[in-house]
Amino acid sequence: MRYSTDPMKERPVTPGDRPRTRPTRPRNGPGIRGREGVAGWLFAAPVVVILGLFLLAPILLALWVSLSDWNGSGSPLASGVHFVGGRNYAALLTRDGLARDDFMVSLRNNFYYVLLVVPLQTVLALGLALALHRRRLAGRNFFRTAYYFPSVTSSVAISVVFLFLFSSSGTINALLRLVGVHGPSWFADPRGILQLLLFQLGLADPAHPPAMLAGHHVFGLSVWDWLSGPSVAMCSIVFLVVWTSAGGYMLMFLAALQNLPVSVQEAAVVDGATPSQRLRRVTLPMIRPTVFLVLTIGLIGTWQVFDQIYVMSQGNPGKTTLTPAYLSYTTSFTSQQWGRGTAIAFILFLVIVVFTVIQRWVLRERDGRRRWSRRPTA
Amino acid sequence: MRISVSRTLGVLTAVAALATTAACGSGFDNNSATPQKTGKAHLNVLVATSGTADLDAVRQAAAKWAASTGSTATVSPAQDMNQQLTQGFASGKPPDVFMVDATQFEAYAKAGDLEPYGQTLSYRDDLYPTLRQSFTLDGTLYCAPKDFSTLALEINNAAWQKAGLTDADVPTTWDQLETVARKLTTGKQVGLALGDTRDRIGAFMVQAGGWVTSDDQRTATADTPANLEALQFVQKLLAEGVAKYPKQLDSGWSGEAFGKGRAAMAIEGNWLRGAMKTDYPDISYRVVPLPSGPKSQGTLSFTQCWGVAAKSQFKQQAIDLVNSFMTPEQQMVFADAFGVMPSRMSVRAEYQQKFPQDAAFLDGADYARGPVTAPTMNAVLADFDTGLQGLPQADPEQILRRLQKHTADALQH
Repeated sequence: MRYSTDPMKERPVTPGDRPRTRPTRPRNGPGIRGREGVAGWLFAAPVVVILGLFLLAPILLALWVSLSDWNGSGSPLASGVHFVGGRNYAALLTRDGLARDDFMVSLRNNFYYVLLVVPLQTVLALGLALALHRRRLAGRNFFRTAYYFPSVTSSVAISVVFLFLFSSSGTINALLRLVGVHGPSWFADPRGILQLLLFQLGLADPAHPPAMLAGHHVFGLSVWDWLSGPSVAMCSIVFLVVWTSAGGYMLMFLAALQNLPVSVQEAAVVDGATPSQRLRRVTLPMIRPTVFLVLTIGLIGTWQVFDQIYVMSQGNPGKTTLTPAYLSYTTSFTSQQWGRGTAIAFILFLVIVVFTVIQRWVLRERDGRRRWSRRPTA
Repeated sequence: MRISVSRTLGVLTAVAALATTAACGSGFDNNSATPQKTGKAHLNVLVATSGTADLDAVRQAAAKWAASTGSTATVSPAQDMNQQLTQGFASGKPPDVFMVDATQFEAYAKAGDLEPYGQTLSYRDDLYPTLRQSFTLDGTLYCAPKDFSTLALEINNAAWQKAGLTDADVPTTWDQLETVARKLTTGKQVGLALGDTRDRIGAFMVQAGGWVTSDDQRTATADTPANLEALQFVQKLLAEGVAKYPKQLDSGWSGEAFGKGRAAMAIEGNWLRGAMKTDYPDISYRVVPLPSGPKSQGTLSFTQCWGVAAKSQFKQQAIDLVNSFMTPEQQMVFADAFGVMPSRMSVRAEYQQKFPQDAAFLDGADYARGPVTAPTMNAVLADFDTGLQGLPQADPEQILRRLQKHTADALQH
């Protein structure tokens, strides 16, 4: 992933850049700047070719596969592969059947997953960064490394360790037993936590869900199922992912914090701002670009969750850890329905775009707050 | 001026990118037959292994063949069989010989990836009919089933005696199974550990005379009274608490619960032998055939075949290699090395003599049912598994209705 903004935009604009605005004399040849465009393209050519070959071409090919009946044998562009229009998309979105049920279940699961992971990991990362940013913390380097460690360790290795920790006779449950709690069998528990909560409050019984919710179906899934919340198994995965990724985002926050000018903080202190005011009114607005970055990367990454599911649960128990990325994989490689598998990937792409746009809109700079977020010029 | 140059270049790049892709495509057009090479071959063999024992055995067999023919054969273990095979098929350079699971066979056969060499085999009629059936599509046998396993009932001897049961009590009917399971259920141990998927519970459906599809796998036959009877029986065992799913016993699979003494009986296949030998060598147990249901005896068989790629340059040599794996002597070597049952009937007597304790597994070959091979059924059966996991609370009728609907839908496409 590339996080950097377009370097062209940041180039300082000088009058010399705009030759056409200058009074011109009649020209015969291309002039001193006439060949700049060609030269620019020539310099960019290697990257354009590499991106085209390894990014654009595969995406176009996948788009074609999602519109075709390719069966996994030979090239998708061979003569035996036919255009089937939106049939693969229809099976996932409009036609009542197992494919749509599974896809909707996977969207539901992933939505709850995103809803939990993104805020938790962002808050945790920010908290860690703020703690490490304090000047007089002993062993700062040690903590910095320790927190960052999970991010650079293989997610597969971590997943396997967590499988042991969360097994029903594992360490987590042994710890819970010490305080008298009988822990669930984490990765084998398909019950949704919202449903469990309603049950605990005496509002609804999972065995006999309220007819109002169970009777209404949206996209093939009953409202009761949509509102189930993440399952206990999914929560275990959420826990793992938050723990793993927070360190990496912490580093971004830390870099942003260390870039802040000390003078502004001192000015706030002189003005009599309390620590919490300084955090909310000075620090946070100043690192807004980093917050946006972390949220965006987090959002994209969590919608694409695959490794942990593949290693730990394969969508079980009861399909409650099925995610679109994993469903796309099994639809393609196990069920050999390549068109449908790639169609899932493209719908997922749209979902991510929509959510990112929404997030951008929510975090946009409003007029009232603008003065807080503008970076002071040194 | 500038704009037009950049546009031209952009268009040129796009055209170049598309041309490259198209060129890749035309190179592997499905219609072109792969030219065959005769004489010494270099074969790539891709195998799905569960450990070093089976990999080593195949490597040795391949080396033997290579030495006698002067060709070479490289045997490599697959990390993710489906994915690696697909990469091979899509690029037009698949491994020459590979293992194909019965559940995946039909997809590859329909896509034209498999060489249908099964028809020409001299020992074709020597293969168990149920295994042949698993690799037959539209009347054509595509590949040679390399070996197979079946489900049987394993009984912990110590628990059996402790409950005061004798040889005469070995269950041969569902009622008897329920009775002994009840007797074997104590505070710490449950009577029967039963895997929560169609690959175990399906055996009860076969015993009741039902199955998910018709024999030719064209029609859905899920919501029949026979299947319902089977699920209701399983539901009853679970509700009574005399049978439990492995996860309820804090185990990954029935074998673990059985080995750890959390269950006195288990329904598993030949692979249990190896696991017991390495993980729980002190447990004494016996293997008996699954009890008959209301209709007949029934069990499930699991098998893989030696696929030969239609795109291989050395098809003849590849088939020759498979034939060397399929000789009666080599089949016994494999059986010895990693506990699978030979797929050739002529080796049956020899196998029985050598492994008398596995008679129950072997007998299953006569009444076993192979897995559903239609690739679109994978998601449907996974959904069925999810339904089964909801037992005993879930309603069997509803599970089967759902299965019927999805199966009918999947078989149409």
